[in-house]
Amino acid sequence: MSNRVLIPTPLRPFTNKQEVVEVQGATIGELLADLTRQYDGLRRHLYTDDGRLRSFVNVYVNDEDIRYLQKEQTPVQPGDTISIIPSVAGGAGVAVDEQLPSLSAQEIKRYSRHLIMPEVGVDGQRRLKAGKVLCIGAGGLGSPAAMYLAAAGVGTVGLVDYDVVDYSNLQRQLLHGTSDVGRSKLQSAKDRLQGLNPEVRIDTHEIALSSENAMELFAPYDVILDGTDNFPTRYLVNDACVLLRKPNAYGSIFRFEGQASVFGMPDGPCYRCLYPEPPPPGLVPSCAEGGVLGVLPGIIGTIQATETIKLLLGIGEPLIGRFLIFDALRMRFRELKLRKDPDCPVCGTHPTVTALIDYEQFCGVGPHAAAEETAGETSDITSTELHERLQRGDAIFVLDVREPQEYQINRIQGSTLIPLGELPQRYAELDPSLDIVTQCKSGARSAKAADFLRQKGFTRVRNLKGGILDWIDKVDPSQPKY
Amino acid sequence: MPDREAPRLRLEAEALAAIRAHGRDAYPHECCGALLGRDGAVSAVHPLPNTTEEGPRRRFLVRPGDYREAERHAGARGVDLLGFYHSHPDHPARPSQYDLDHAWPSFSYVIVSVMNGEPGDVTSWRLREDRSGFTEELIGAGDAAGVAAGAPRTAGER
Repeated sequence: MSNRVLIPTPLRPFTNKQEVVEVQGATIGELLADLTRQYDGLRRHLYTDDGRLRSFVNVYVNDEDIRYLQKEQTPVQPGDTISIIPSVAGGAGVAVDEQLPSLSAQEIKRYSRHLIMPEVGVDGQRRLKAGKVLCIGAGGLGSPAAMYLAAAGVGTVGLVDYDVVDYSNLQRQLLHGTSDVGRSKLQSAKDRLQGLNPEVRIDTHEIALSSENAMELFAPYDVILDGTDNFPTRYLVNDACVLLRKPNAYGSIFRFEGQASVFGMPDGPCYRCLYPEPPPPGLVPSCAEGGVLGVLPGIIGTIQATETIKLLLGIGEPLIGRFLIFDALRMRFRELKLRKDPDCPVCGTHPTVTALIDYEQFCGVGPHAAAEETAGETSDITSTELHERLQRGDAIFVLDVREPQEYQINRIQGSTLIPLGELPQRYAELDPSLDIVTQCKSGARSAKAADFLRQKGFTRVRNLKGGILDWIDKVDPSQPKY
Repeated sequence: MPDREAPRLRLEAEALAAIRAHGRDAYPHECCGALLGRDGAVSAVHPLPNTTEEGPRRRFLVRPGDYREAERHAGARGVDLLGFYHSHPDHPARPSQYDLDHAWPSFSYVIVSVMNGEPGDVTSWRLREDRSGFTEELIGAGDAAGVAAGAPRTAGER
């Protein structure tokens, strides 16, 4: 069986100037082998030293690229015309791939399941090795994300956190174990990640992220992975990523629901395109207040890690302009289209935010709000004082504004439960002539409840400083803490 | 190893001007196009779209479809496809390792350096048959203002 192969201009000097050559074989691979047997000079231009077709050599059967058929195994019928058609490529400077670090024999073994996939391969793995990812938070989302990034061979994983490991973290933050309770989260995280993969570098930044340090901190990294649990930091991370043109692999979780997207790309929307303004303080509870299913950050954090790895490799369709919502109870993913808002104050056509701002003030918390709280602090009551007054038999109405599940865990004897969210509908149940002490887990929600009641005309309201946690420490150690 | 006699490429003034203008227009991206002519003399150029997905500031790519179009275009004018030109924005007019790795034999590769948006040196290169590097071609003929002068150099030694 014989087929015609059309030879492109630059290869004709090797085929005695013939434009068409007759070759034999049942597959493309066999035909090309016959071609290079007849015209040996072609071999080094068609094939690499290790015997693969060069990337810029395109072989067509009639009008079909063999890459989309069966590559070199593509069968050939008599009469099919085979064309070798060049791609012509080049460019200035050192090729990207040459600046990438090489892989050691040990690394080749470790990453073999990546290396055998054409979408990753040796070059992709080298890209991961050159990659630098900063995880904001070493908690629920940061745990699975950093673990998979480190395991995947992302060369530098940075972590920002300043917390210590608490028992209540262990239900979901797999970076930390029981023996780590009380340790710095970053030290614990570093040990865990280096245990997973000693080949990668773990940079720990034991600081509170702020407008003063974010730009400098983010600058050396390729992707920022947002695993924060509060609005001021989330807006800060978003704005810094937009200003620095760095992708922001975003995720957030609450109870049974999670969200993920990729913000900060020049051609895509940012978090502010979706939410221009933060919610009023206290409206959206944090995981510490509302709880979270332990495996949920495992799902969302690994989605963030997946997007990060895709961005580093430059493969697939990233979650740019797409907002993924996951509902664990119904086990469903939904996807919303997100458009870049031309009027967005940060990434729009005429941005008004061109440097980082005061995000605590922007979100109505922190210094600004703290000023109000200081005014109210005189109306705080300590656990000891409350205990003494209750012992004396004073008529004090202790109002617990936590959720019923929390009330089941521990409570102050004789207290009444009205969750903060129900207070606007139920405050009429309270007797304004009584001394009211509002109380929650640690004092934040109950301060809001006290403010609310004062606005509604209650004058004898005080807030239990430090909440039930302080009460247990100072007054009633027999009860469990959470 | 000394080169054989240095190859030459003749570039008509109009073709040279078109390459420089294309480099200026595409800046800060790389431009690319085909060199058309006969017997080592470029009489016309055929601009092609830069379809790279790796960042057009440092890369160019002529896809097979566009390559075929360039060959057809040459055929229709009764000339040969002699090679390709591309620009190096803010880089010298010398082939990179990437250029070498992707080069076809027997083509002339003309490179125009475009510094800060202004076209500067123009050089031409040919892949050695053993793919070990490029040999610079002397550019001659017509008005060669701005063309790098001097003895042929070699690049891409490994």
